[in-house]
Amino acid sequence: MASQNKGDPILSARIRILVKELGQLETDIDSLPDDADLYAAGLTSQVTVNLMLALEEEFGVEFPDELLKRRTFASVDAISHALTGLGAKAAIAS
Amino acid sequence: MTALAEASALASEVAARHAADVDLKARFPSEALAALRQHKLLSVLVPARDGGAGGRLGDVLSICYRLGLSCASTAMIFAMHQIQAACVVRHGAASDWHRAFLRRMADEQLLLASATTETGVGGDLRSSLCAVEERDGRFSLIKQASVISYGADSDAILATARRAPQSPASDQVLVVVPRGAGCRLDPKESWDTLGMRGTCSQGYVLEASGEIAQVLPASYGDISAQTMVPTSHLLWSGVWLGIATDAVARARAFVRAEVRKKSTSAGGLRLAETTSKLQLMRSNIESALRRYQAAMDQPDTLSSLPFGVTMNNLKVASSRMAVEIVGEALQICGLSGYRNDSPFSVARHLRDVQSAPLMVNNDRILANTAALLPALRQDPDLLT
Repeated sequence: MASQNKGDPILSARIRILVKELGQLETDIDSLPDDADLYAAGLTSQVTVNLMLALEEEFGVEFPDELLKRRTFASVDAISHALTGLGAKAAIAS
Repeated sequence: MTALAEASALASEVAARHAADVDLKARFPSEALAALRQHKLLSVLVPARDGGAGGRLGDVLSICYRLGLSCASTAMIFAMHQIQAACVVRHGAASDWHRAFLRRMADEQLLLASATTETGVGGDLRSSLCAVEERDGRFSLIKQASVISYGADSDAILATARRAPQSPASDQVLVVVPRGAGCRLDPKESWDTLGMRGTCSQGYVLEASGEIAQVLPASYGDISAQTMVPTSHLLWSGVWLGIATDAVARARAFVRAEVRKKSTSAGGLRLAETTSKLQLMRSNIESALRRYQAAMDQPDTLSSLPFGVTMNNLKVASSRMAVEIVGEALQICGLSGYRNDSPFSVARHLRDVQSAPLMVNNDRILANTAALLPALRQDPDLLT
């Protein structure tokens, strides 16, 4: 979201790699800034689920039901903030 | 009886009187619509400051149910109109164009139709091929609408389209297109169906143009999750509950007549079972309505996955139960129910209710739910 602060740059980079690997966004993530609206880029609720599962796997966190709303996944920054809130560390999880 | 209940009872009476003819001729229920307009029921959801009744969704749900008891086509047309109205009321509140449109809607009792389905997207309402093309503050749009229910008799059409020609298929907007110079409807497919014949759900090519301000400011993704899907599933359920309830009423009348004659009825036990299912269906709808109303002011909750799953489940459950209940009513009434010319006939109910699992196919809804479920965890709370 544009109103949020910038997320951790290392987290952002890893989120971008996951989004790219999913390969389900119509727009190339490389062409978008961290605060770009991912729904406008073609993110759907079904792709959101796949993205969430990939994020959980990658960062060893669990998204509780109350975070499963559109806003949580609206931009790379928004995802980064949610992950930080869940205790994800920028460094590779051991 | 409240004024609203009284008005809907009167409209329902008119609808009942013409239901057989509407069904037979597959024609628009113009008498019932005139009655709904006369009692200002088309603007129930419009806020009082804009000239409407300022009613709640529960009021509209009750009217859908009431109409469903007498004429399923009228009830479904009313429901579809109110779904569009709810979208404009909720998502157009901050837009001058839409506020003015709502006032006009209340004054002139405009009937709103919907062009959400499109040839070529395989029934997926959340993706569009057509796009809004903007130029100098004006827009144009051409949509191959596979269905626009009662399009020919509507006063305005709400159409989904991609935000712009370069937007992804899922990045949609909703645009209000009043009938007239900026709206051309070219009829394509006809509507000669098993049931719901009075909805006249023909296919059209829609050619629209007008001010860019006619596009609702919110994204269709938000409108769909927060308003269109929950409102549709609730109001459709209300219509189907009406159909099922009237079928059970006929079955009960049949059993009563038998008991009177022979002091017992073979259908008594089945009627007891069916009544229990009807109660379950009704409770499920009431509980979903409460859940929606409690979250009405929390957009985040409304666009969350758990809420989406709840509303998907409501549609699948209501439509399945309605079909089962009407089928059981037929079993109870036997040939008297099968006949078209008996007071215990459930023939029209049976035909109309078959549309329930198909209008947005349950298989598509279940597939969508299935895709969301891996993200959900167990709900540890009961009665919260």
